[in-house]
Amino acid sequence: MAKELWKGNEAIAEAAIRAGCDCFFGYPITPQSEVPEYMSVHLPKAGGVFVQSESEVAAINMVYGAAGAGMRAMTSSSSPGISLKQEGITYLAGAELPAVIINCMRGGPGLGTIQPGQGDYFQATRGGGNGDYRTVVLAPSNVQETVDFVQEAFDIADLYRNPVMVLCDGLIGQMMEPIEWRPVPKRDLPPKDWAANGRMGRENQNSITSIFLDAEECEAHNDRLTAKYAEMEEKEVRWEEIQCEDAEVLITAYGTPARIALTALETLRAEGIKAGLFRPITLWPFPEKALHTLAGKDHIKAILDVEMSTTGQMLDDVRLAVEGQKPISYLGHAGGIMPTVEEMIEWAREALKEVK
Amino acid sequence: MKKQIIISGFGGQGGLAIGKNLAEAGMDEGLNVTWAPSYGPEMRGGTANCSVVLSDKPVGSPVFARCTELIALNEPSLIKFEEGVLPGGTVFVNSDVVTDKVSRSDLSAYYIPCSKIADEVGNPKVGNMVMLGAYVAATKVLKPETIEKMIETMFAGPKAKFIPLNIEAFRRGMACIQ
Repeated sequence: MAKELWKGNEAIAEAAIRAGCDCFFGYPITPQSEVPEYMSVHLPKAGGVFVQSESEVAAINMVYGAAGAGMRAMTSSSSPGISLKQEGITYLAGAELPAVIINCMRGGPGLGTIQPGQGDYFQATRGGGNGDYRTVVLAPSNVQETVDFVQEAFDIADLYRNPVMVLCDGLIGQMMEPIEWRPVPKRDLPPKDWAANGRMGRENQNSITSIFLDAEECEAHNDRLTAKYAEMEEKEVRWEEIQCEDAEVLITAYGTPARIALTALETLRAEGIKAGLFRPITLWPFPEKALHTLAGKDHIKAILDVEMSTTGQMLDDVRLAVEGQKPISYLGHAGGIMPTVEEMIEWAREALKEVK
Repeated sequence: MKKQIIISGFGGQGGLAIGKNLAEAGMDEGLNVTWAPSYGPEMRGGTANCSVVLSDKPVGSPVFARCTELIALNEPSLIKFEEGVLPGGTVFVNSDVVTDKVSRSDLSAYYIPCSKIADEVGNPKVGNMVMLGAYVAATKVLKPETIEKMIETMFAGPKAKFIPLNIEAFRRGMACIQ
């Protein structure tokens, strides 16, 4: 298939249309405004519904309504807008509704900057809303992967009746790269016989709700959700290991910093420094066992986590997975400053020097 | 082969489009390419720039501190990015707008009168195509035919009347390089 040059955000929107997205509800915010812009033109032509809502809160609640009626529904935003959607996301999780949420991250906290960031890792993986819930979080690091993941996200959401987030950053949304519209793996999906879209000849009406006032009932609901999350942890975890077989210094990174790390690996290897990259693709479920096993291997001497966050967010998951087997150092930037290849090389050299 | 190119100028000079054209043509020739714009809140009169990678290997980082070539369409761009050009690299300067010269002696420099040529060709908007021609002729990373074919595809249908103008501008740019 011929390659086509696509801008990340426009590719996200086109991918959703190709995945059969019925409804899109959104509100503009840099750096993801091309998603609703593209949707506004192309989704209605494909037979879908586009609404520019009055706010992010309205958009996520429209998603709740459309998903409850059995539609494939999606919203997109960037960091501050995603914060506003958190209440809606916990309601989607509580009511077990499938939906796809795109977060094209920018720098925070608060309004922060429109430049790329990765400070929403905790919010995405821990849940920014109330209650015990999880959302599958897919973290692409190039435009092709973004396109593939958006299409798969709808299937994952439908399969588990759970919101799925595609977490990219402003650079992936804004950059252009050649992609192929290749077929993505299709899953066997159960019928949406729970949807509130009319009686359809049934005895009882379907009800979409997240309220369970009876204590026992609510605990049973939580137990059911927890069992579902355990199944996702078992079946949906994804990661990539690049040049890890003999690596002495292991870089952990996702999204744009993982791409920058690829260039750093080339130089490090050329200098004779055995460097590898461990890239979590699902941030939740986090590839904990895989990283634990890798970190336990004798050839790994030191780990360097790199993020576009100054506090270090994925760093917590890296520490939990590594369990103190090897020393971990951290390189982080915020405010739209991206870690450079040169920095990564220097930090990797230092990390190795300290253990040798 | 790996080119890391920074193209920078005032908004409206067509710098981002030069980058897109390079990426598109690179892709057409089977290269791995990325195009990443700066999308900050730029002041009117400030600079807009983009980073392009053309490589025969898969592209890791789409952003970089050091470039192999700089295309400076205005003065602030030359001031801002000259330092980051790799030793032995090349700077393309829009000499109708930029009065300064490249100060480093370890770089090659081409001074291209983009605006003057664009006016001669008949439309001030095609100055960027002049610069694209200069880049292609000097670096030889892309075939001129690929660019001309791309121009024909780009201006398909009702815009077809712009094809000869753009191809003329591109060829005049190429002719600037000896």
